[in-house]
Amino acid sequence: MRVSLNGTACEIAEGDSLQEVVASLGRGARGLAAAVNGEVIPASQWPSYRLSPGDRVEVLGAAQGG
Amino acid sequence: MTDLLAIAGLKLSSRLILGTGGAPSLEVLDQAVESSGTEMVTVAMRRVDPGTEGSLLDVLARRGVRVLPNTAGCYTAADAVLTARMAREALGTDLVKLEVIGDDRTLLPDPVELLDAAEILVADGFAVLPYTNDDPILARRLEQTGCAAVMPLGSPIGTGLGIRNPHNIALIVESVSIPVVLDAGIGTASDAAQAMELGCDAVLVASAITRAREPALMGSAIADAVRAGRAARQAGRIPRRYWARASTSDDGRAEF
Repeated sequence: MRVSLNGTACEIAEGDSLQEVVASLGRGARGLAAAVNGEVIPASQWPSYRLSPGDRVEVLGAAQGG
Repeated sequence: MTDLLAIAGLKLSSRLILGTGGAPSLEVLDQAVESSGTEMVTVAMRRVDPGTEGSLLDVLARRGVRVLPNTAGCYTAADAVLTARMAREALGTDLVKLEVIGDDRTLLPDPVELLDAAEILVADGFAVLPYTNDDPILARRLEQTGCAAVMPLGSPIGTGLGIRNPHNIALIVESVSIPVVLDAGIGTASDAAQAMELGCDAVLVASAITRAREPALMGSAIADAVRAGRAARQAGRIPRRYWARASTSDDGRAEF
């Protein structure tokens, strides 16, 4: 199943949760936030949040700027 | 004497807020944080780099400074609101420096989108610190919306052109009762002193420090300027006069 992760097409397994997709970025959850299709999903819901084909996932963290 | 900056429910002893943009490395940023004595540092929200752990946050945590997330790079109220909500989730703070810009040449705020975003975020429980134009009327509207402060620009972001319209900054200081933080345009220490002399409660500086040849030295120079400008404001400057006025009395003057 294909989703978009931070603007890049990404193949994930059927039934993968948001937790697993965030983890695929290779860093802990600390200091990160995730939104799916423009909606913020609190970290507490990541393990139970099932993604659908075509979902747009954005994972943001603090960066230098502003 | 304690002269604390009361902003968004916080009490800070430094009136210099540091921006993190432009620093060539985290080491340089760390030195700038230390030398400036800042207690609040603003960070942007960006897509995470796979594999890199949050070392920026580690640097800031080690220095014990408060993190002020911003919505840099947002062009619409909708994007800014979503970015602020993600920042709250990621960093566990209701503070947000709200930035909604109108184009990428001037990076000037889009006042219509800014006000829309401010209304939504205030209603959502955020302490909103909007980066705004040097417009006293807009500043008042933002205050009425419930913003925790207003952050008018001195000149466009990154230009270092100083305060182009000091009279408007003075008018904003007179127009609102929330803190006024001069944001953007500061090029060097004297600009920061001028902002404080005009009655601003604090200044936010990024490029002038992070892109200086010696960022740590400029950090301490601007911190000194902020303190000097604040003291001068409180001391009360003399009125400007057209003609000279002797400081020495004519009494007892010799007649040769």
